[in-house]
Amino acid sequence: MKKEAEALKTQIEAARKAACDTDMASAASGVAPAPRVQLKTRRTLKGHLAKIYAMHWSTDNKLMVSASQDGKLLIWDSHSGNKVNAVPLKSSWVMTCAYAPSGNLVASGGLDNMCTVYNLKTPVIKTVKELDAHTGYLSCARFLSDTEILTSSGDTTCALWDLETGKQKTVFLNHVGDCMCLALSPDMNSFVSGACDSLAKLWDIRDGQCKQTFQGHTSDINAISFYPSGNAIITGSDDCTCKMYDLRADQEVIGYQDAALNSGVTSLALSVSGRLVFAGYDDFNCNIWDSLKGEKVGVLSGHDNRVSCTGVPVDGMCVCTGSWDSFLKIWN
Amino acid sequence: MPVINVEDLTDLDKAKMEVTQLKLEVKLERAQVSKCCEEISEYIQSGADEDPLVKGIPEEKNPFKEKGGCVIC
Repeated sequence: MKKEAEALKTQIEAARKAACDTDMASAASGVAPAPRVQLKTRRTLKGHLAKIYAMHWSTDNKLMVSASQDGKLLIWDSHSGNKVNAVPLKSSWVMTCAYAPSGNLVASGGLDNMCTVYNLKTPVIKTVKELDAHTGYLSCARFLSDTEILTSSGDTTCALWDLETGKQKTVFLNHVGDCMCLALSPDMNSFVSGACDSLAKLWDIRDGQCKQTFQGHTSDINAISFYPSGNAIITGSDDCTCKMYDLRADQEVIGYQDAALNSGVTSLALSVSGRLVFAGYDDFNCNIWDSLKGEKVGVLSGHDNRVSCTGVPVDGMCVCTGSWDSFLKIWN
Repeated sequence: MPVINVEDLTDLDKAKMEVTQLKLEVKLERAQVSKCCEEISEYIQSGADEDPLVKGIPEEKNPFKEKGGCVIC
């Protein structure tokens, strides 16, 4: 079996090399470099009492949800800086949170191995469903709609759930390490997952199959995102680098790294055009990379601890960073 | 869909899963990197002019600008 696997891998590598006639930096050599990006902190959101582990923007570009191991989800109005809602969690060991595209629901999950969904629109916030089937921690969750949600777990699987029945519709099994993150494609027909086996995988949501696997990282992939065009993905890893993989070339086309950087990447977000990559690191900073040139064009410094989450709203008007220092900052 | 108990998978099961997956992936048609990069580059550049974080946001249009009066924290 091992020999067969090795032979197939060699074949795949050869096919990828044959398609690899250049890399992104060379292909983009004619492009004017992105200007140095200097963003200011416009808001510092104070309210959590412990490390923030996750945040997610609502599609209305104003509200966002954050999750902290103080055992709360906080819903913020980013324009005023005020807290709109607080959702107490049954388990304070939260690792992820998500806002439904409709704005009606939010979800959280973590070491309780469950994904809990809450309705924000009832007079008192109610728990709508507790999705309980994973045998490992919940690392990430993303709503497709008010009736479906995708989750990734430390049990190495991802799952698509029906929110009306509370049951798993599809289980995506192929990783051999804890799944740490997932990202939906713009057309919502597929998603990518990153795991501790240092691989990123592309899945078809409807048929449940793994379509492609992306190698290159040498440690856990903690963060993953689709490019707005839907043809490429970007990953961030404990190996201190980020990588762009093109789905049609089935390989890495550029890496974002710096010899001076020796902290893992915890989170990443793209500006609305995809030109800028905001990557949060263990060293308390968020570095800004020019996605085409592979050069660092700015830094967001201001947190006093690890940047654990980053997010850019749909309209691209700012970037939010959340940190173990218990604060969220909004920059533009 | 039955609940898959991942802890029940043996090393042989995992190896079989890997080979099955590799057999699928070896058949993929791969596009030339140069062409892919060109397309990504064009897509990104066409959007970059309207990208608020790339070109900057004028003070009056910035929903997060500092407001006069009360200090917001």
